[in-house]
Amino acid sequence: MDSFIVISLIKTFVIFAVLMTTLAYLQWVERKVIAHIQVRPGPYRVGPHGLLQPLADVIKLITKEDLVPPYVNKPLYLFAPFFAITMALLSISVIPFGPTIEVAGYRTWMQLTDLNIGVLFILAVSSMGVYGIALAGWASNNKYALLGGLRSSAQMISYELPLSMAIASPLLISNTLSLRRLVGTQAGNLWHWNLFHGWQYVSFIIFLIAGFAETNRVPFDLPEAENELVAGFHTEYSSMKFASFFMAEYANMITVSCMATLLFLGGWVPPWPAEYGSSFVPVILFAGAGIIALMHGLNPARKRDRYTLPAFGVIFLIIAAVFLLPIVQSWLLPLFWFLAKTGAILFAFIWVRGTLPRFRYDQLMGFTWKFLFPTAVLNLLATALVVALVS
Amino acid sequence: MTQVPASWFLTLSAVLFVLGVAGFIFRRSVITMFMSIELMLNAVNLTFVTFSYELKQVDGHLFVFFVMVVAAAEAAVGLAIILTVYKSRATLNIDEVNSMKN
Amino acid sequence: MDVILFLVFAIIAVLAAINVVVQTHPIASAVSLIGVMGSLAVLYLLLGAEFIAAAQVIVYAGAVMVLFVFVIMLLNAGAEVRKGRSFMASLLGAPVLIALLALLAWFVERIYPESVGVHFGGFTGGGPEAIGRALFTTYLLPFEITSILVLIAILGAVVLARKEID
Repeated sequence: MDSFIVISLIKTFVIFAVLMTTLAYLQWVERKVIAHIQVRPGPYRVGPHGLLQPLADVIKLITKEDLVPPYVNKPLYLFAPFFAITMALLSISVIPFGPTIEVAGYRTWMQLTDLNIGVLFILAVSSMGVYGIALAGWASNNKYALLGGLRSSAQMISYELPLSMAIASPLLISNTLSLRRLVGTQAGNLWHWNLFHGWQYVSFIIFLIAGFAETNRVPFDLPEAENELVAGFHTEYSSMKFASFFMAEYANMITVSCMATLLFLGGWVPPWPAEYGSSFVPVILFAGAGIIALMHGLNPARKRDRYTLPAFGVIFLIIAAVFLLPIVQSWLLPLFWFLAKTGAILFAFIWVRGTLPRFRYDQLMGFTWKFLFPTAVLNLLATALVVALVS
Repeated sequence: MTQVPASWFLTLSAVLFVLGVAGFIFRRSVITMFMSIELMLNAVNLTFVTFSYELKQVDGHLFVFFVMVVAAAEAAVGLAIILTVYKSRATLNIDEVNSMKN
Repeated sequence: MDVILFLVFAIIAVLAAINVVVQTHPIASAVSLIGVMGSLAVLYLLLGAEFIAAAQVIVYAGAVMVLFVFVIMLLNAGAEVRKGRSFMASLLGAPVLIALLALLAWFVERIYPESVGVHFGGFTGGGPEAIGRALFTTYLLPFEITSILVLIAILGAVVLARKEID
């Protein structure tokens, strides 16, 4: 009983530490990708290629003056960002990152806990996330914040409907609500994933669009747009409370990407089985990246890259060598595939942010109620019909 | 004693129900009265689930499901009525909404 | 362990319910009611009703209460004005209520002396599969009727809250 508690505490600590670092560096990735879409270098000066920029941002946010305006509703003002970040981090606790892992004789899942209503838990926690934003807008006692908060909450609850319908369709095929068993039903190869085997293309697209709206990302980010509503619901927040809203948004983004991976893309299942050589894909990728970095390091375009590019090359080659060790392959390979798929969807999130303009609010609400929700219902009916006819 | 007697759940449900009734009778704001109604419905839900546990059947959960659906429908229509009343009378005090004539 | 969980969340539920009734501003009552629903969801988990617990959070705390919070924010009516009440009522009100509640609790305990003990894992038939099976076989007619009821409620809410275009 107490080894269970100790292992759970260690897992909680590891997942929390990795998640916080990932949130900070996801912001770096976003700024770099958007910068390169707009043909400019992005964060470049703080550390090699701007890698210490998240650290600088954290130091700035912590040391900023934490001003609580006198006209706000203090209990709700202080409660809202705390609630937002709690709900955002809570949904990470049921996401499985891989199969079992064995360390020093203790075998455990790569997941904090597996609920047999895992999908419903994530839906419930994302429904509660609306309150962080609505209460923040109300407590700020500011017209712009109230409007931003109300618009954002209305948008989030409207897009929860197509999101739930799009989640229900692959669940009809996989027949389970537990996230670990969901990946188990997609085991095999690429053609067993719910996206291909179950013809869930429409559900996948609806899920991604509703996911964009749930997390208030472009093209649905009117409630927090800088040039429309001052800053939306977080106008009156500064320093760490503002940082919590930001972290909550990125954590929600990560949750939506992980859910898309688990529901549609087969979780940690490799595209083709390991006996046909899929274990060598990460080795080849990292070794290739390392060799390219080393080659560019010989005649670099910028003077400071003379040291950083060879350093990166060596690091990538070491990681490629680690993937060859059989001790770590049992848990490192599924983790790699899961992170690769989630990373691809996160890259799609960032790509869309750099490319599309934003919707006007009435266009946004009209889109969900008049198009997306009926489409999701029809898709669910079609899936149910096919499942009933086939089985 | 690692088990909770089921009568404790029933007691909690009764206490919540009485608090809901107290809120309904003694508050004058329409929205707070509405929230007291929701509190009463939640107390009844707890009773249903407790008896479903005692009898080891799932039918109690189904009743709770239907109560939730009906409560959601009632909340939607009731809040729309409150909005309409507020637009025409400009007050949320139920003592002042005591005649059909505007 | 189960007793500690029950006591903690029952006390949170009762305190939040008292707060719902006592607070003057409706938004504080609404947030306290969300607290009541959350603690009731944990008590449902203790009773083995996992689907109902998730439905409570998704439907009740996550949709119905959002509706309440929206209406309170849109109406922006402010705190309720407490008119004066008689001296006897404010002196005897709370103690009499507590005495009546204690009497009620004693009666409930007396009627159910040999009640079943509740522990986490005592009832495993509350999962989504059992609920779905019962919902689509035994309770099919109520299910269809409530879906029509929800449709009527949607139409009613849209018509009532619409702006009159003259």
